[in-house]
Amino acid sequence: MTKQRIATDAVIIGAGPVGLFAVFELGLLGLKSQVVDILDKPGGQCAELYPEKPIYDIPALPVVSGGELVERLLQQCEPFDPQFHLGQMAEKLEKLDNGHWLLTTDLGMELEAPVIVVAAGGGSFVPKKPPIAGIEAYEGGAVHYAVRKMETFRDKHLVIAGGGDSALDWTLNLQPVAASITLVHRRPDFRAAPDSVDKMHALAEAGKIKFLIAQIAGLEGDGGRLTGVKLKSPEAGEWVVPCDTLLPFYGLTMKLGPIADFGLNLHENHIAVDTEKFETSVPQIFAIGDINSYPGKLKLILSGFHEAALMAQQAFHYVHPDKKLRFQYTTSSSELQQRLKVA
Amino acid sequence: MKVLATDREGGQHEFSFKEGDTLMQVLTEEEDIGIRAECGGCCACATCHVYVAAAWLERLPPQSDDEVAMLDGAFEVAPQSRLSCQIIMSPALDGIEVTVAPDWD
Repeated sequence: MTKQRIATDAVIIGAGPVGLFAVFELGLLGLKSQVVDILDKPGGQCAELYPEKPIYDIPALPVVSGGELVERLLQQCEPFDPQFHLGQMAEKLEKLDNGHWLLTTDLGMELEAPVIVVAAGGGSFVPKKPPIAGIEAYEGGAVHYAVRKMETFRDKHLVIAGGGDSALDWTLNLQPVAASITLVHRRPDFRAAPDSVDKMHALAEAGKIKFLIAQIAGLEGDGGRLTGVKLKSPEAGEWVVPCDTLLPFYGLTMKLGPIADFGLNLHENHIAVDTEKFETSVPQIFAIGDINSYPGKLKLILSGFHEAALMAQQAFHYVHPDKKLRFQYTTSSSELQQRLKVA
Repeated sequence: MKVLATDREGGQHEFSFKEGDTLMQVLTEEEDIGIRAECGGCCACATCHVYVAAAWLERLPPQSDDEVAMLDGAFEVAPQSRLSCQIIMSPALDGIEVTVAPDWD
């Protein structure tokens, strides 16, 4: 994979509400940001877990949905032209000889900056792994939690598990490629695009796939080669469906991931920070929002906004060690208004 | 008013509750018995999945469509499965018995 390196003022890990507001606060001080997120869209939990659910404790917004909050934050930080590197996991962080940090993503993107801001919320969203005994032995070979190349599944006998859009979309997309597909879901109804559900039923009626109402009870095989998936249902008991590949699509869960190995002091899986600058145990690395820990911490979006503002003050000194930072209001400062592109 | 909870290792725990608490809050506030409650209680993650003892099940309000759909992302879903963040505690639930469901990696 060809590596691409971008130098900037601050690299923000996490494009959730707090990461987006960090772009804004850094931008007001004239600092540019690059943002990395493992999801394929900005918004973090607001976008992935509850885009349509109401939030009632954002100052001055009596009610706002997760999705709308993200839209507004994107609009607010737009004057500062943040660059997003989406669908990528922040994988490695190393100190360079020039005193800057170099963050590398799992897609090989290299981002260099004097300041790193970890705004990673509950961690990276990664696929849920079913708690099935011995499943690890099959991962990467017979068990896949995502589809990167459809060709991988050509002429395979697949069991696809789950009841959302991923399970249905891949059932439909892989049907012409695979030797056979059995879709397994715990109930007859799906929370997915109705059109996909109709298409799946049509394929099942035509005998091109099988749809079974059941849950996965276990795996059959020698620990490397899968020969079948054991299913169970209250009506039918347990039985085995022969297959060579299992694709479980049960949604995403959050994991701290490689951030745990960045060398930062942790406190119960959260990053310890001070409450003046929200800096970690390592200078020039900050942690804001749900990922951090300090006495009295409240996991509220508004707390993350406050933390972003204070972080930016110290970040400025790392980017411009020789400059004095003057405190200014957006209401009255023509300099800030120029940066906001309103003057 | 009490909740009796069994963790994944079979350990027994007793929690007191106030009317209006959610069962998830009761099960997570004082002690970590393995309930992550990742989304904070907005029925968006299924990490507060518990089994409610059959005798108590019928005293609970029925599941919303949202709760049923979120349980699609859980494992070992059974007729007694509920998301504890969706159960509002009341005096009628004094003594309710629940077991923490399997979590995922």
